[in-house]
Amino acid sequence: MSLFHVLGFGLKVGHLVWLLCCSLVSLLSNNWVAGDGGVMGTKASFLGDGGKVPLNWLEKFLGNVYKIHQHYYQGSGSKKVGKTWWRKLFFAWIMVWSVISLWVFWGMSSQAADKRKETLVSMCDERARMLQDQFNVSMNHVQAMSILISTFHHGKYPSAIDQATFARYTERTAFERPLTSGVAYAVKVLHSEREEFERQQGWKIKRMDAHVQKPVHKDNYEAEVYELSPVQEEYAPVIFAQDTISHIISLDMLSGKEDRENILRARDSGKGVLTAPFRLLKTNSLGVILTFAVYKKDLLPNATPEDRIKETYGYLGGVFHIESLVEKLLQQLASKQTIVVNVYDITNHSHPISMYGSDVSYDVLEHVSSLNFGDPFRMHEMRCRFKLRAPLPWLAIFTSIGILVIALLIGHIFYATMNRIAKVEDDFYKMMGLKKRAEDADVAKSQFLATVSHEIRTPMNGVLGMLHMLMDTNLDITQQDYVRTAQASGKALVSLMNEVLDQAKIESGKIELEAVQFDVRSILDDVLSLFSGKSQDKVELAAFISDKVPSAIIGDPGRFRQIITNLVGNSIKFTERGHIFVTVHLVEEVMSSVEPEMELSRNSLSGYPVSDRRRSWEKFRTFNQDGSNMRFSSPFSNPISLIVSVEDTGVGIPLEAQARVFTPYMQVRPSISRTHGGTGIGLSISKCLVGLMNGEIGFVSTPKVGSTFTFTAVFGNGCPVSGECKSWQVNRRSVAVDESYGFHGMNALVIDSRPIRAKVTRYHLQRLGICVQVLSDMSHVLSDTSICNMKVNMVLVEWEIWDKDPSSLAILRDRLRNTAESRVPPKLFILANSAGSMRMSSSASDAFGPFVLMKPLRVSMMAASLQRAMGIGNKTSNCNGDSPSVSLRNLLQGRKILIVDDNRVNLRVAEGALKKYGADVVCAGSGKEAISLLKPPHNFDACFMDIQMPDKDGFETTKEIRQMERAYRDSLPLEDLFSDSRDQSSKWHLPILAMTADVIHATHEKCLEKGMNGHVSKPFEAEQLYREVSRFFHSSPDQNE
Amino acid sequence: MDILAQLVERFVNYRSSLYSDSILDDQFTELLKLQDESNPDFVVEVASLFFQDAEKIINNIASALKQGPVDFKQIDANVHQLKGSSSSIGAGRVKNTCVAFRAYCESQSFEGCLRCLQQVRHECTLLKSKLDMLFMLEQQILTAGGSIPPIK
Repeated sequence: MSLFHVLGFGLKVGHLVWLLCCSLVSLLSNNWVAGDGGVMGTKASFLGDGGKVPLNWLEKFLGNVYKIHQHYYQGSGSKKVGKTWWRKLFFAWIMVWSVISLWVFWGMSSQAADKRKETLVSMCDERARMLQDQFNVSMNHVQAMSILISTFHHGKYPSAIDQATFARYTERTAFERPLTSGVAYAVKVLHSEREEFERQQGWKIKRMDAHVQKPVHKDNYEAEVYELSPVQEEYAPVIFAQDTISHIISLDMLSGKEDRENILRARDSGKGVLTAPFRLLKTNSLGVILTFAVYKKDLLPNATPEDRIKETYGYLGGVFHIESLVEKLLQQLASKQTIVVNVYDITNHSHPISMYGSDVSYDVLEHVSSLNFGDPFRMHEMRCRFKLRAPLPWLAIFTSIGILVIALLIGHIFYATMNRIAKVEDDFYKMMGLKKRAEDADVAKSQFLATVSHEIRTPMNGVLGMLHMLMDTNLDITQQDYVRTAQASGKALVSLMNEVLDQAKIESGKIELEAVQFDVRSILDDVLSLFSGKSQDKVELAAFISDKVPSAIIGDPGRFRQIITNLVGNSIKFTERGHIFVTVHLVEEVMSSVEPEMELSRNSLSGYPVSDRRRSWEKFRTFNQDGSNMRFSSPFSNPISLIVSVEDTGVGIPLEAQARVFTPYMQVRPSISRTHGGTGIGLSISKCLVGLMNGEIGFVSTPKVGSTFTFTAVFGNGCPVSGECKSWQVNRRSVAVDESYGFHGMNALVIDSRPIRAKVTRYHLQRLGICVQVLSDMSHVLSDTSICNMKVNMVLVEWEIWDKDPSSLAILRDRLRNTAESRVPPKLFILANSAGSMRMSSSASDAFGPFVLMKPLRVSMMAASLQRAMGIGNKTSNCNGDSPSVSLRNLLQGRKILIVDDNRVNLRVAEGALKKYGADVVCAGSGKEAISLLKPPHNFDACFMDIQMPDKDGFETTKEIRQMERAYRDSLPLEDLFSDSRDQSSKWHLPILAMTADVIHATHEKCLEKGMNGHVSKPFEAEQLYREVSRFFHSSPDQNE
Repeated sequence: MDILAQLVERFVNYRSSLYSDSILDDQFTELLKLQDESNPDFVVEVASLFFQDAEKIINNIASALKQGPVDFKQIDANVHQLKGSSSSIGAGRVKNTCVAFRAYCESQSFEGCLRCLQQVRHECTLLKSKLDMLFMLEQQILTAGGSIPPIK
């Protein structure tokens, strides 16, 4: 079932992909967790649960697959259910995976966003901290300067610092305050001290708020622009200033709104304070002023504002350029381009004042870091944004799309697979149905054939019998002719029916092969003699059997003969000239032979070209297997494989018809059956029979050249021990045949130009025990005088040579006649087929020859012809034919045999037959009588029993006898059973053979089933009787005892 | 000598005519082979046994056919019996007739059975007369001092 494979494979792939997905997901989630430990705590735990979820799914999935299996095997009814179920599963799968991929997308993109935010936060905080640090450094310096002022200006009298000193000092220490553009010192002057102070300084205190609004350039700066300060309670005129801001000297700081506020706060808190950012006077850039108060003496930390005001000397201010400050700072840091920084003063929360930066960002993401410049009153903050919008999360998009695509693909694969499987299943069921119907039809056909042919055969017997009887009545010649024709047709019909019945039997597997010993050579001789009359004059029939083929093999001779007869019969039908050549070899022999015998395709038996016989078996399994150890299971313990080729030079088989040669009832053309007859099932039957013999059949055919059919078959070796076989093979002829014919030790000279034909002749002569020498050319014989001195008893000349050159033959004949008088001159034989022999009869012949040996060559015919010519008596020839009777006599001599038959005539005949072989016969007329005679221990050696008898038939009688035997055996003491088993067993087990007129195979089986040991056909046939009896009587009792 | 030779020739011709008319078949030859010095009258004995049997069987069949409901089974058994004995002695035509007879029995054809019974009866008489003739000739040859030529 390929379904299992497909499903198994699908599951494996699915599982693999599933694992892949799982690992991918877990990898992703791990990354995620590592990326942001804090946030992902919850997510990790979720994934921890999620790890189990796929497993559950997997289990569920497998369970479902199993369910589907069951669905399919529950029958076709649930198929549709399974289909819709699968569709639902498919959609569910897609949905699940869509959700999963969305989730992955969301997870990954939020991860990316978090990372971005985190980057921003860290960058922003870093910037804020640096800014704050730098600012604080600068502030510290300004504070240090206030201490300087308090020490050297107010602490000494007269003051150690004047404007020039201050300017120079501040100029030289400017590097320490990179952020301040300038510092100035204003002194506290009460109104009461104003005049004194103005006089001391040499200038008037001026107010500054008038020009604060309008930006003033350094170039057109005029002191006259400033108005004199109006009367105030107190003043804070600038007395020292760095050169960069020297224009503010003499300006009253308390008159500026921002400055005043600043100064008052600084005085109160005693710490540095900052103004709100404002446009600076000269540079018009944003700046803040840092103000420190300078006190007369060190104050306690818990001093009240009143104390502080009282103790105030003056105020030190520094101008900070926030813009340049931030600019400088950002330049120090990398990635200035990626983020936008804004600094705000948010003292007034509703109106933050921008100190730096522009709103050129498109990104919504913002981070705010607070800044502490040391002034608790003023609040500052830094806002950072990325310059560019966040890029699309491509990785997340691609990952999720990838997951979705993979899932879809897997789903599709499964879905398609299931669809495919369902379709294949459907087809499978459909095909099963069709196959069943076809098989039913085939069985019905075979049954029909068998029945019909059987039914026809029965009345045909009547027809034939009646025709036969009709022939015995008084008929005139015409009537007799009609009757004979009718009878011949009837016989043909019956043989045809037999063929059809055979075919039907084979198809229904009812045919069984016999396993008896037979001789291949004699079978081939029979076949040749059968066809010798039928073949055309110009066709030469020949057979050759390899020396290696043992003479006795075990198998079914009838079927073997049937195959060969079929093949040769076919060849004869289609061959008008040339030859038909049957060869038998051992398979091993052919396989091992590298002799290129077929390369000389022109050098065939008759000289006509033939098809290459090797090609006919090149497809055989046996030959394609390496070595012969891969034996098919054979019923024989000692199997040998024969390979038989039938080669002809006929019309050949058209290429288009070659494919259906072995199809039953199929002929090359419909017209063939009209011209050549036959049903076209011969080859099909042959193929089946060959198959039953564990063999193969094949052919090669070339139109207009000829066909060669080859088959192999496995038989048992008739010679049980191979060693024995070998020795027997060496001098086989001298033992088996020559004694009877009397040719042993003779020498023959064969003159033949064709080696293959010479080989055939030699083969047949050697079977007679004659030593053979082959010469290819007549002239060679004539020139070589030595042959006359050789002890040659006969010279065999091929007709072809004789025909070509009769004169040289005449010379040869004379030469032979005139050789040494001391011995009998050699006889001259002509090997001729019928056509030749006709003409031969006219030519002169005398006591020395030439005699004609008719082809096809066969041992019996050859022996007879040679004997007649050589004058050897035929006295021993009967011996051969009698051999079974002789051995039968050996077997049966002195045996006591009981014959049971109700038919007195049969009884008498059987008695006579067995008596003739020397047996001691007792007769019984019925089953009852037989039982009374056969009380164990038995006095008889065997019993022949008729089956059909009135009141107690053979089977019943046997049954009763067997029961008696069993009872007897059980009554025996144990030691008797084993003491001399061979002798004793015959006492309580009598071989019973059925005698029956019909020899159907089923009867034989029934006999065995009923406890009989075998069966013989009723008018005894010596051979069959011998075969059956030899199974029980291994040798004559005389020898045994 | 002439008479004997003539007798022998006539015997041989007669015998071969029996074979060619297939009144006798190969089984009869086998039967002849069984006859030897130890039981010289084997064939005659068997033949007379056969004719006794055959007569009895034919009478049985005839009476069975005369009865009201014809018991074809019984007839078939009888014909089988006759077929067995006829094939044993090699009476070819009797055997063939029996084969046809059994076919009719199987098909339960009363007409056919009747016809076959006639045929069988006829064949048996024919065989009896032919064999009698053969044995007579044989006896004549033996009394004339000749020997029976074996069948080829």
